[in-house]
Amino acid sequence: MTVTANQALSAMLAGIAGGTIRAIDLTNILSSDFPVIVLPSEFGQCEPFRMETVSRYDANGPAWYWNNISMNEHTGTHFDAPAHWVTGRDVANGTVDAIPPEDFLHPAVVIDITREAAEDEDFIVTRGFLEAWEAANGPIPSRHWILLRSDWSKRVGTLSYLNLKDDGAHSPGPDADAMRFLVHERDCVGLGVETVGTDAGQASLFDEPLPAHSILHGNGRYGLQCLTGLDQLPVFGSVIIAMPLKIKGGSGSPLRVMALAPAGSD
Amino acid sequence: MTERAPRERRDPLARKKARHTPPSARSRAMHAMSARAAMGRFVLQVCTKCGTATYPPRDACPACWGELVWQDCKSGGQLLANTIIHATTDLYFRDHLPWRMGTVALDAGPVALVHLHRDLAPEDRVEVRLMLDRGGNAALFALPPDRGFDMTDPQLREFIVPVQGKTVLVTDAHSAIGLAVVKALHDTGAGLIVAGMLPPARLADADHPVLRLLGVQVVPLDSSDQVSLSEALSKIGGPLDIVINTARHVRSGGVSGGTNIVEQRRAFEVAAIGLTRLAQSCGPMLAGRPHGAFVDVISSDALTGSAGHAGFAAAEAARLSLLQAFRHEMRETGVRVLSVFTGPVEDEHHQSVPPPKVAPARLATAIIEALQQGREQTCVGDVASDAMTRWLADPALYAREKNL
Repeated sequence: MTVTANQALSAMLAGIAGGTIRAIDLTNILSSDFPVIVLPSEFGQCEPFRMETVSRYDANGPAWYWNNISMNEHTGTHFDAPAHWVTGRDVANGTVDAIPPEDFLHPAVVIDITREAAEDEDFIVTRGFLEAWEAANGPIPSRHWILLRSDWSKRVGTLSYLNLKDDGAHSPGPDADAMRFLVHERDCVGLGVETVGTDAGQASLFDEPLPAHSILHGNGRYGLQCLTGLDQLPVFGSVIIAMPLKIKGGSGSPLRVMALAPAGSD
Repeated sequence: MTERAPRERRDPLARKKARHTPPSARSRAMHAMSARAAMGRFVLQVCTKCGTATYPPRDACPACWGELVWQDCKSGGQLLANTIIHATTDLYFRDHLPWRMGTVALDAGPVALVHLHRDLAPEDRVEVRLMLDRGGNAALFALPPDRGFDMTDPQLREFIVPVQGKTVLVTDAHSAIGLAVVKALHDTGAGLIVAGMLPPARLADADHPVLRLLGVQVVPLDSSDQVSLSEALSKIGGPLDIVINTARHVRSGGVSGGTNIVEQRRAFEVAAIGLTRLAQSCGPMLAGRPHGAFVDVISSDALTGSAGHAGFAAAEAARLSLLQAFRHEMRETGVRVLSVFTGPVEDEHHQSVPPPKVAPARLATAIIEALQQGREQTCVGDVASDAMTRWLADPALYAREKNL
């Protein structure tokens, strides 16, 4: 039996209304104390979120409340467009204003590295790890977001989220072979992580430095960072809705990321 | 001194103590004297014609009608007579009765009516200081000439900012300057030192030995962020007496070239807007205190700009301007606003600046001294002192020389 587009959309909305499809917020609260990535001091730095009240039912606006806000494009839960990285500078539609709207909606596969990240805060996701994962869970389908569930979001509000030490930041992430595998052999849409960057904290010291940024964006794929709530998603079967702001020529954007997933599927 | 003074306890039902300031109306000549007193100078007017030194300030020489100029003078004298005032209609002095006054024959010439330290008796040799009263106006105060005099004299305490037992906020405590200030406050016997930690912080930052001293409380604080500031202040248990604003954003760079707009904006956020935020948040807290004070560490580049650190100097100039307005606003509350000028500091931000540089510990000592002498304006180190002297002498020439 074929389902018309109208029927498909109606069924989905009915599922959300009826509770058989759950809407899950994967976004951290955008606040001035939410940590931003820290680069070595010779580079320009990412500005945190700031909010300044213009009026709050007071002399500056008796009946209305509103704030001026400022931040970097890569502050809070945010989206990395291909143009964010030098490898993606010539990618067609590589800035957030040009990203095709079809890319705002993609299915996701959730890879759980919670145990590994808890044991080793510098845990590296390798091709071997992904192949072993596939052997246990099934193949990673094409055109999916790859979401790395590390439970790092549970560190938000503590210094151990950025986890800065004398020798730099410490957080898990993939190596270059893993990224090539995901991009070229599994044709992923992008990589979503709970940490402050798609790359590991120590990834600037890898033989191929910052492989997630370099390989994802060089091949027109996207990044999602500072996600939360990945523990509520099934391994397969969720759909990610991620729509960056339409900033002219923008390299990324803070955004609200949500997932739709079958109820009782986690 | 490492023994902690006990924290102040208060009757929760007692009506808040109203604070008053001394009478403030002064002549223009007296304001000129106050401006010099603010720098810690002991000056009198001396006639250019007959050489007579005169006090109180006047518009012409009382002996020959000649022109008067300000001169630094010898500050010694001899106490001639004293009296104790037991009744007055003035609200400020009523709060502090009995009040000792005396007449001193100044070594510089005139006989002056002075406020008197309690340990002095007629015919004693005295050292007279030109100090600022709680309303910011100059007044002569006679002290025992030896340095070991009793600092707890209640009348003297009206002219200074005691540190012992007080709650002090250091806005950026993990910088080289901040750590030195926290250490100096601890050594002086401050009651509670709230040490602001600027994000991002390393896990181990709060483990610094200075920040683990008894009486030091570490709080995250970014004075460029209102939310962070509010949360930090909410964590201070009890009243806040003194704020020492060590926050600054030192970066080199020019205007048309070699400049990083993001860094320049940050310098303004920290130095200028940050000062306004602190003033708005802390001003009312300080205003209710018997010895409230706000100390701002400021670059002497604020006076003239600096070609090599253009954005930083501009932000510091804006800070100086705001500080003047803040001082004016605080006058009627009795809160003292102190500027401590410094040149380049021996820290990570001035690696490429040749000596002389100010050691952070020296800057910290100068801050404590400025408080304990109630001095509104202090220059620490050769660079800042030289800058102030040249700027006072010929601002146009100094601005040109500084930016050649």
